[in-house]
Amino acid sequence: MSEVVAAHADEHHEPYTSTGIPTKKVLMWAFLGSDCMFFGTLISTHLIYRKISATVNGKYLDIEKIFDIELTSFSTFILLASSLFMALAVSAIHKGNLTSTRWMLFGTIIFGAIFLACQVYEFTHFAYAPGHELTLSTYQGEAHVFGSTFYVLTGTHGTHVAIGVFWLLGWLAYSFTGKMSTADAMDIECCGLYWHFVDIVWIIIFPVVYLMEYAF
Amino acid sequence: MATESVKYVSPETKSKTLLDIFRRPDQHATGIVDWLTTIDHKKIGLLYGLVALCSLIFGGIQALLIRSQLWGPNMEILSQREYNQMFTMHGTIMVFLVIMPLSAAFFNFIMPLQIGARDVAFPRMNALSLWCFVAGAIILNMSWFFTGGAPAIGWFAYSPLTDTGFEEVTRDMGPDFWVFGIQVLGLASLLASFNFIATIINMRAPGMTLMRMPVFCWMTLVVSFLIILAFPAITIALVELMFDRNYGTNFYDFLEGGKPHLWQHLFWIFGHPEVYILILPAMGIVSEVIPTFSRKPLFGYGLVIFSGAIIGFMGFAVWSHHMFTTGMGIVATSAFSMLTMLIAIPTGVKIFNWIGTMWGGKIRFDTPMLFALGFITMFMVGGFTGIMHSSVPVDMQQQDTYFVVAHFHYVLIGGALFGLFCGFYFWLPKMTGKMLNEKMGKVVFTLMFIGFNTTFFPMHYLGMIGQPRRTHSYNAGHGFEQWNQIATIGAFILGTGILIGVIQFMRSFRDKSLKPAGKNPWDARSLEWTLSSPVKEYNFARTPIIKARDQAWENNYGPRDLHSEKEPLDHHGVHMPDHSWYPLFTAIGFLVLVIGMLFHSSVGAEGEIIRNYTVAIIGGIIAITGMIMWSLEGPGGYHLFPEEDDE
Ligand code: HEM
Ligand SMILES: [Cu+2]
Repeated sequence: MSEVVAAHADEHHEPYTSTGIPTKKVLMWAFLGSDCMFFGTLISTHLIYRKISATVNGKYLDIEKIFDIELTSFSTFILLASSLFMALAVSAIHKGNLTSTRWMLFGTIIFGAIFLACQVYEFTHFAYAPGHELTLSTYQGEAHVFGSTFYVLTGTHGTHVAIGVFWLLGWLAYSFTGKMSTADAMDIECCGLYWHFVDIVWIIIFPVVYLMEYAF
Repeated sequence: MATESVKYVSPETKSKTLLDIFRRPDQHATGIVDWLTTIDHKKIGLLYGLVALCSLIFGGIQALLIRSQLWGPNMEILSQREYNQMFTMHGTIMVFLVIMPLSAAFFNFIMPLQIGARDVAFPRMNALSLWCFVAGAIILNMSWFFTGGAPAIGWFAYSPLTDTGFEEVTRDMGPDFWVFGIQVLGLASLLASFNFIATIINMRAPGMTLMRMPVFCWMTLVVSFLIILAFPAITIALVELMFDRNYGTNFYDFLEGGKPHLWQHLFWIFGHPEVYILILPAMGIVSEVIPTFSRKPLFGYGLVIFSGAIIGFMGFAVWSHHMFTTGMGIVATSAFSMLTMLIAIPTGVKIFNWIGTMWGGKIRFDTPMLFALGFITMFMVGGFTGIMHSSVPVDMQQQDTYFVVAHFHYVLIGGALFGLFCGFYFWLPKMTGKMLNEKMGKVVFTLMFIGFNTTFFPMHYLGMIGQPRRTHSYNAGHGFEQWNQIATIGAFILGTGILIGVIQFMRSFRDKSLKPAGKNPWDARSLEWTLSSPVKEYNFARTPIIKARDQAWENNYGPRDLHSEKEPLDHHGVHMPDHSWYPLFTAIGFLVLVIGMLFHSSVGAEGEIIRNYTVAIIGGIIAITGMIMWSLEGPGGYHLFPEEDDE
């Protein structure tokens, strides 16, 4: 086994591809295209449902009383900032600067984790806010679909962030094995594509799910 | 296989212990270990085919039970609930466990050969798709053995049939199995499609431009895009349904403000592209077969591809034609009606192209060609009834009658299944190295053609006079009896034909008495026919350099400058990746995870719900471990040194 691996170590040339684009990147783009449809479906469900109970049974939902827009604005900012770290990590690994890559990965992870912590706080806070509790299916003890779409949509996004954080943690751990090199730049770039995409989705969710409640 | 000419890289001598089978198997893996750990696209394709053909028999038996129940008025062969379970499982199995994986079998086996690739882009991920598909099939079929039995909700699972408040059996688990089964099958399809897209975009041999690619590869590409864009809708719909059933959300619960209507929209946003996912591969196969047996290039190659792509694109804009009777409003209804009519145009274009290909050709009526002709005629009938449905006032009459059943069986059996059988008769010689028995093939075709039409043509009439579909029994005196009996007789003829066909396919792998096929028994046109039959494990000894669209044909009959060339033999040899246990391991993790989710809740002494996620978490850990090990083990591999022209 080991001989075979050794025989490979000298093959570092980029494999031939028909388009010249690395195949992993093509895979990642296809996945992101598909992921657009996941979030598209969730966001449209939310938009269809957001006022329904209020009109059907007259169960008025005062969502402004529940949302904590300062907190969400802060976590939005944090998530966007994490994208900067991610971009820097990708550029660092391309240049072969391992220390810098490690620190930038670390920064991305920390900011991603802060975002997740905010979301966890938000969820518990919304669900137990005295007098305004918004659970998966009820609001103030009355059946309501707002919670259903809200938690499932933002929860799916949160899951994406969590997966991203674990993925990055994997790379961070790998960076300590001493095996990391510019040959991994491609893989880290794919990770970066994913991370930026998840950010962009949040840039849509934030106005559509949060800010809109204050406008319309 | 003639492995004599292949020198292996120094095989390591290992001491055999029991733990050895868990070591990474390499080129010396044999028997069951070889099949379980294979990452070769050809073997994976065959496994897809095997599971799908078994499912075809299984789903067929269910269909025959349904037809027996409808033999006469008010029969009681099946109870009402059993009847509902039968048509649910029949539909779900035929769509997700038969037609889709049969298409995947051909995508896997044939597509890389047609574009001149060593394998798909991500071989281990390809194996993961296969095992996820198997896991999904297991989950779906497990439902029979638990509370409530199989789901009785139809393949479309309309709400409120899936609503826990409307269960016939308390804590009915059928719908849960359905939800998780489809979810895992969806994962399998998504993974496979990402892989195919990456393969076709990036792994083509030098000179294989997109516009030189065989139509079958184009259809693989289009279908893969349809899958990655359509499956998310159903995935999310299923997630929402899972939350409704287990965690008390109100997505589809109309008592609490949810909208069952939303399920229909999400289902058909997936469902209509899905019907094209089912038919386009068959169209691709037929587009390969007709030129071969007419000995002419495909007429209007560009147009065939373009209309395939247009069909795929427009397929996303017509879903509401399944919901004309739900009261969407005049504007929406008319718009969807018009778009549905429009989509018939590219479909018609293709049919004219196939006819144009045959026009003036030297046609040979071997079994593959018979199935291709059956495909065209039967698919046209289904297409015509489809256009009838697209007119709203007409559809108001036909919705939920046997007329619709006739329509979609003409497109699904007469279309998709005939196309796939055509593919088997055409490509099995390439897979096994042996010709199939022509006489037997013609018997199968005749039985299927006659049986199929006897079963489904009368259903047009039954639908017109008002027999409702999805209904357990009918009363005497409506004029339904005679045609139902004819349909049931036809169904048994069709079943016999399919059974003989499937047995013929399976036996051809073992049967030593069959004639050897040679490289190109049909004088066919695309690249896979330049390889020996069966194809060597490394596919191409030297990467071909493509010069023309119908490369195999040009090599034999074309001018010198259109003959393909070959890259020089690589002194490194052909790099082959090692086998791997981790795709299977990861899929088992998913299976355990889903089983854990299915059984996570129980009712406590005071009627409260107790949730226990231990098994699910174990499954998750297995899956994640699998993925980590997978990325750590790397592709591995060894080198083969084929002789100059050993391919
Ligand atoms: C010419 C193209 C086609 C048109 C215009 C068309 C139109 C329609 C319409 C309007 C319906 C709804 C009928 C109703 O429920 O009242 C329908 C049902 C259906 N079609 Fe098609 N169709 C076409 C091709 C296909 C193809 C190629 C397939 C599959 C390979 C297919 C599979 C189905 C299925 C499975 C249903 C029934 C779904 C159900 O209710 O369970 N159709 N079609
Ligand atoms: Cu449709």
